[in-house]
Formats: sequence, C-alpha cells, structure tokens
Amino acid sequence: MSKLIPLPFERPIVDLESQLEQLEQQLGRSPQLTDAVRQMRVELQRLTREVYENLRPWEVVSVARHTNRPQALDYVELIFDEFVELHGDRAFGDDRAILTGFAQLDDQKVLFVGQHKGRNLDERITHNYGMAHPEGYRKALMKMQLAAKYQLPIVCFIDTAGAFPGIGAEERGQAYQIAYNLREMSRVRTPIVCVVIGEGGSGGALGIGIGDHVAVLQYAYYSVISPEGCAGILWKHPKFADKAAEALRFTAPDLLKFGVIDEVVPEPLGGAHRDHRRMAITLKGTLLHALKQLKSLPLDELLNRRYDKFRRIGQFEEQHATTAESSAAS
Amino acid sequence: MTPPAEGQTPTPPDVPAPQLSGEPQRRKRGVPEGLWLRCDACGATVFRKQVEQGLWLCPECGHHFYAPAAARIQQLLDTDSFEEWFADLAPCDPLGFADKRPYRDRLKEEQRKTGLTDACVVGRGYLRGRPLVFGLTDTAFIMGSMGSVVGEKLTRAIERATESRLPLVIISGSGGGARMHEGIFSLMQMGKVSAALARFHESGGLFISVLTNPTMGGVAASFASLGDIVIAEPKALIGFAGPRVVKSTIKMPLPPGFQTSEFLMAHGFVDRIIARPDLRPEISRLIDYCVR
Ligand SMILES: [Zn+2]
Repeated sequence: MSKLIPLPFERPIVDLESQLEQLEQQLGRSPQLTDAVRQMRVELQRLTREVYENLRPWEVVSVARHTNRPQALDYVELIFDEFVELHGDRAFGDDRAILTGFAQLDDQKVLFVGQHKGRNLDERITHNYGMAHPEGYRKALMKMQLAAKYQLPIVCFIDTAGAFPGIGAEERGQAYQIAYNLREMSRVRTPIVCVVIGEGGSGGALGIGIGDHVAVLQYAYYSVISPEGCAGILWKHPKFADKAAEALRFTAPDLLKFGVIDEVVPEPLGGAHRDHRRMAITLKGTLLHALKQLKSLPLDELLNRRYDKFRRIGQFEEQHATTAESSAAS
Repeated sequence: MTPPAEGQTPTPPDVPAPQLSGEPQRRKRGVPEGLWLRCDACGATVFRKQVEQGLWLCPECGHHFYAPAAARIQQLLDTDSFEEWFADLAPCDPLGFADKRPYRDRLKEEQRKTGLTDACVVGRGYLRGRPLVFGLTDTAFIMGSMGSVVGEKLTRAIERATESRLPLVIISGSGGGARMHEGIFSLMQMGKVSAALARFHESGGLFISVLTNPTMGGVAASFASLGDIVIAEPKALIGFAGPRVVKSTIKMPLPPGFQTSEFLMAHGFVDRIIARPDLRPEISRLIDYCVR
C-alpha cells in the first residue's frame, strides 16, 4: 500500500496504517507477532470496513475518480493474456480515449473495448482524460461489428466523466454518433458484457454501454449527469455536488436495487485502488461467469433479452381502465 | 443532460397550450396575459394573436418562436385527425428527488403550467391524408427533457409504428436532454428508445426526425438523431453538450453559428432545413418518396 494519496475520509485509516508500519519495523523480522500488532491489524480491518461501508455518494465519487484506481490498461495487463490493439475508425482518426482490440481471456478470444483516462499526465493528455470524440465511439462500434462477424464476445470497460464537450466533437456529430451506437449496439449479434470500472458519465458511458450483462464495480458510479453538472444547474453552483450526488442515487447498490444493472462487483477492502491484483481477479471471475451464461444462449434469444432488458427500465404511473389504448403495445 | 444555452432559452410558455393528456388547462401563475410579444431575433414587439395564428412565427422577421404541443399537432396534421395514445401515462418520482424543491412539486407545477402530463405526446394522425405515427417533445415541460414517461411513450409509439408498418414522425424540442430528476432511469431511456428504433429500422420503417429549438443532450444523442431523414427548423440550437459547457471546457469563444441548424447541415448531420410553414408539404413529399 505504498504512496497512496489518501482521500479525506481515509485519513484515520492511513494514520493507523502508518502506526502499524512503525510497530512492525520496531519488531524487525521477528516471526512472532505481538498481541499489539495483531490487535492493530484487526482494528485496521474493522476501521477500513466501517469507513467504506458508510461512504456517502459524494465520497464514492472520489473513490471512483481516485488517481490510483485501476484503469482499463491496468486490467488489460492483469486480466488478459494478450491484447492485440486495433486502431482507428476508418473515417477520421484513432481516438485514444477508447481503446479497442482482440484479447485473450484464459481460453477465450474476445474483443476488448475500454475507456482509458490515463494514469499520469502524459497518458491523460494522450487519452484525453478518457473523454472520447465521435471517432472513438465510431471506432468502438466498428470493432464490435467486426467481433460479431467472427462470433467473438465483447467486453466493454466504461470509465469516463463523459463524452468530450468540444467544438470538434460537435462538428463531427457527437450526438449522432452516440445515438447511432445505442441503436446499433442493441443489435450486435454477439454477447456483450459491460462493466463500469470507475465513472459512468452519462451518454459518453452509455455509448459503449448497451450490453447483455451490465455490471458496476462496488465504488464506481453510473449517472445521467455528473454531480457537479447537476449541482450547477439545479443548485446553481457546482459546490453543491455532494447534495446532487446524494439526490441522483447513482451508486452501485442503488442501481442494482432499481433493476438498472445486473451485478455489483465487490471491491477489495478499502477500494480497488488498494489492491489492483485482487480487484482484477474478482473482475475476471465476473467476466468469465457472465460470458459463460451468455454464450449458452442462441443469438436470437440473446438479442431479445438485450432488448427486453432495456425495454423494462422506467417508472411511471398508468391507469389502464380508462383508455382502450394503453394495453396494446407494451 | 445539458444546461440551458446562454441566451437561447426557449420562449417561456406563457400562453396556455390547447388541452392534451386530460389535464385541466390553466394559465401559468404570475405571467401576465400580455397582448404583445417581443421577438428574440429582431427585437420587434409583435401582436401575440398574430404570432399565434401565424404558426408562432415573427411576422416581422420569420423568427421561429416556441410552439406548444397542441399548436404543433394542429399545424402539421390534418384537422381533427390526431388520436392521442397512452395519455394516461404519468410521471412518478422514482428517486425521491429533491433539489431546492421536491421533483413531485416541480412536476405538478409543470403540469399546471403546460396542461401536459409530461414532456411527450404521441399518437396516430394523418398528414395530407397519409397515416402516420406522430410524436413530439414539448420543450416547455422541464425543458422537454426525457424521463421514464417520455421514453416509454416514444418506445410504445415506435413499437406500434413497427407493428402497423406506418411511417414515424417525431418533432423534438428538448433543451434538457435526459431528465436529471429521474437519474439513471432517464439515461437508460436513451438506450430503450434507440433499441426500439433499431427494430423499426430493421422492419423497413421510415422515420422522419424534425429538430426544433432546442434539441440537446440525451435527446439529441438518441432518437432525435436517428431519423432516416433529419429535418431542422431554421436557426434551432442542436447539439450534444450545451454551448456554455463547451465554452468553459475549451476556454475559447465559440465560432459564430455554432450548434445551429445551419452548422449541423454544413457538417453533414441534417438533410434539410425547413421553415415551419413548409413542414407539412415537405414531410408529405418526403413520405411519398419512401412509402408506397
Ligand atoms: Zn422577429
């Protein structure tokens, strides 16, 4: 656990960790642990669990955005045996915010699609902080259609604050391209597993998010708008982002409760940023399990289920009795 | 969801919309019943009645004012041919959402203000004798944003159009995109409606999408952009991110005409820009090229 930048609420955990470290150093390499150390380890576990069980939504957002949180390329290294990147959208360029390519997942060949924010400043500039332009969404869809042609299942890792809001993005049809991805992903004839690994930022996330199995990591979030954006509009100032985060109900357990996602993937104690390897092992298990289920379905049934999965979502009131129209088309 | 565009807020719906969706029609509180309107484009003060009778256009410069749902239906479809569907679908509050005020209260006020139950009206009608499935989003109702009711009504309408093999015309007016107050449910409506359009598309159905001022965010990034033919009214604001968001991201002034209908057509995302008085004949002509 070296050199993590602690989040404000992690302060007591970090303090205890450094106390423990000191104590362990005092004991040297002695094989026997004193009761004090053992107790402190137990207490550290308890404290970490307590803090993480009681995270407020706005704190969850800070975990989802943690600079040490594993990103798409970390998972590529930790989950897949091979990654053969495929570049370019054949129309404009190669958007580095979304990476696509063939990947080997144990004995399965898959297509990997992942938004990558960048783990240092150089990477963040290269990958535009994970905020894609239309060409990124176009590339993602093209490679998915390629995968379908050869019956490769698709794995999409979602991690973006949103699609990039810029002049070029608008000129090249950001709205159209996301819309087109939504329509076409709904009928890509191969299994699609989508996992929100960090931030699921609005249309920019959904643009690679129409799948048969949608999972969200325990401390990731998936929202119609960023908490800052929502606060700016409805509370008239982004500083109320914590209030907006509360109101939007976008944490993984809420999403599962709403029936909007299929699975919450548990993170290691204290969050994925504390143990990349363990997170990757769990996530790999999720992928293998979901793909096994989905691959057993005939393609027509798979697509019907994908349709129904999104078709069901929505809450409203309806009085059937009064109109003759209301029952027919649902 | 996109914040309202600077200087582009739709004309407030301070005129009662003709009655739809069974809600009693009331006038918005606090808004004077002015006889006059000021044109955003040319600054002229114009007689409200004249604007209203003239398809909500400025008699001086032809500026396209906001037109309420019922006026749209009246303008576009054959007289009394519209049969509204799913009018009893009403919004609820799935998140228990409250900002400075509860979403439930906001809904009630918007319903009273507009005479609509939510931002969407769908149904069946005739356009110069051609049967079609028709839908619209009304930007007066919470910025025309899409929550569960809008998504569900459009999806059902699209499914019926698919079953009945009718052409589909949707007029979009939505500055709000996906509705924040219904959170993730709103975001997922984008996927739901788009998937329904995939099936409609596969069945060979014709979808004509008409973009009006404003069409932004999650509405632009779903059904509104997916027309086989995309039409825009002149000088409408259309885009993914709101101009204010773009400006604050890139920290540069925006080029003139950015995100207007004309900008979109120049960049290849709109087939035709059609002024409101010509929508009826133009759409019927387009239908005749595609539908036997
Ligand atoms: Zn004027």
